[in-house]
Amino acid sequence: MAKRGVPEGLFLKCPSCKTTLFRKDMEEMLHVCPKCEHHFYIPARERIRHLLDTDSFEEWATDLRSLDPLEFFDRKPYSERLRDEQQRTGLPEAAVIGKGFIRGRPVVLGITDFGFMAGSMGSVVGEKLTLAVEGATRHGLPLIIVSGSGGGARMQEGILSLMQMAKVSAALAQYDLAGGLFISVLTHPTMGGAAASFATLGDLILAEPKAMIGFAGRRTIKATVRLELPEDFQTSEFLLQHGFIDRIVRRADLRTELARLIDYCEKK
Amino acid sequence: MATVYQLPFEKDIYEAEASLARLEAAAGGDGSDGTASEEVRRIRRELAALKRRIFSQLTPWQTVLVARHPDRPQFLDYVEMIFDEFVELHGDRAFGDDRALRTGLAHLDDHKVMLMGHHKGRNLAERTECFYGCAHPEGYRKAITKMKLAAKYGLPIICLIDTPGAFPGIGAEERGQANLIAYNLLEMSRIPTPIICVVIGEGGSGGALGIGVGNRVGILEFAYYSVISPEGCAGILWKTATDETKSRAAEALKMTAKDLQRLSVVDDVIPEPLGGSHRQPREMAVTLKRHLLRQLRELRGISSDELVRQRYAKFRKMGMFQ
Repeated sequence: MAKRGVPEGLFLKCPSCKTTLFRKDMEEMLHVCPKCEHHFYIPARERIRHLLDTDSFEEWATDLRSLDPLEFFDRKPYSERLRDEQQRTGLPEAAVIGKGFIRGRPVVLGITDFGFMAGSMGSVVGEKLTLAVEGATRHGLPLIIVSGSGGGARMQEGILSLMQMAKVSAALAQYDLAGGLFISVLTHPTMGGAAASFATLGDLILAEPKAMIGFAGRRTIKATVRLELPEDFQTSEFLLQHGFIDRIVRRADLRTELARLIDYCEKK
Repeated sequence: MATVYQLPFEKDIYEAEASLARLEAAAGGDGSDGTASEEVRRIRRELAALKRRIFSQLTPWQTVLVARHPDRPQFLDYVEMIFDEFVELHGDRAFGDDRALRTGLAHLDDHKVMLMGHHKGRNLAERTECFYGCAHPEGYRKAITKMKLAAKYGLPIICLIDTPGAFPGIGAEERGQANLIAYNLLEMSRIPTPIICVVIGEGGSGGALGIGVGNRVGILEFAYYSVISPEGCAGILWKTATDETKSRAAEALKMTAKDLQRLSVVDDVIPEPLGGSHRQPREMAVTLKRHLLRQLRELRGISSDELVRQRYAKFRKMGMFQ
């Protein structure tokens, strides 16, 4: 995955079926290949437009910004990396949270956007997701988190990122005790610290087709076990087969599916 | 004397110790009867100062090497040195009995506790069986099952953390490594008995945190706790893990006890004996035991609701942002 985010240019090649696609066609199909249904990355804002009723999104915690507590420096300083990502994506951070409606049903929605530092979870992403969980608890609303976090816990914030996994999970424990419904939607890719915390803690877990989902990266596993990995290793289909997700749902069906599941779990 | 595993920066210490031993031998005994010569006493003082100097100036990467020292006391060593009894409880009731994560009932003086921790293995046979302390999903499932048992009978839980990370393998993924760790984080946060965690060696990422959601989280002076290993970080940032890049990564990640305390991730740093716990395991065990007893005393008598509330508040505060 050389480049994150929306590919540039008028045309692009589908990585699955190798068909050359007119970008606008692909985008109109919710960033899905019209030929083979390969699910491309879709930015958080477009995801919200698709999932929620028109103009129903009320965004929360828009003013939270990451600091650089470790003064982390790799090829460039972390603070500079954050600025670049903000400019490139138009997002202040990798998570967007808020309240909205799905076909008239009120929900709290959180999204981690793979386009922003691979959707990795640092202090702000952890805080936003926790605020989403706590908000859903307070308002007694269903919670939906759509994760696209290839980076897992964000290395540049070190141990503080790891602690976010415990923080969000603890909030989910309280939400669960309060009887809240949490639907986790896994999209390509959901790995490491995201998979090992909120993303796999849904009462219901859905996944988009052929998303990469897992704990350890393929390279690490290959280097450890020195075996060829199965063809479908760490895909949505692999997880479904091994009993870790409830349903695989095409992006075009997601809105309807979420509304239907919420109705089943409504308390009367 | 058996050959010992020496870290490069320990060379001067071992040399000084060898010459001290020669002097003592020449004087006929170690002088513990009070007859040690002035010279021997002076050398002993210098040796202690040398150890103190070297170990107070360890770089983060050198600290990682100490944390991984093959002679460093491990879970089963502490079981023998600290606890009066260990009734191991095997199995996760679903798949197997992970040998990298041991769980059982134990006595610590008058306290009955549920004790668990990663064990890396002290010889090749143990290490192979334990996957060098890298637990599989069944290990995490076993841990939370036993914690729930402890909760049922009001037993405090002690978790000794020492793992390079959760095992990265095909079976581990097939059996839901991510899911099991996540489940532990959620469930640990609401266990209604005291949970005391101490990182005794390596605190490797999610594999460490999977038994790390405690009311108190302590760390031994030369242990480390990190979101990613220095090797992993170096591989991502500089493509290769050389001594130089691993060293830079260890520096950048702020993974030493002192850094973790500054970031409010650990409550206590437990001092190690002069020269590291691999040199004086018994002394380390005494200090660790004292630490655990103090934590048990402080947490005893706090109501279940309050324990859960405090634990939630502790992790709720984690992170730095504006």
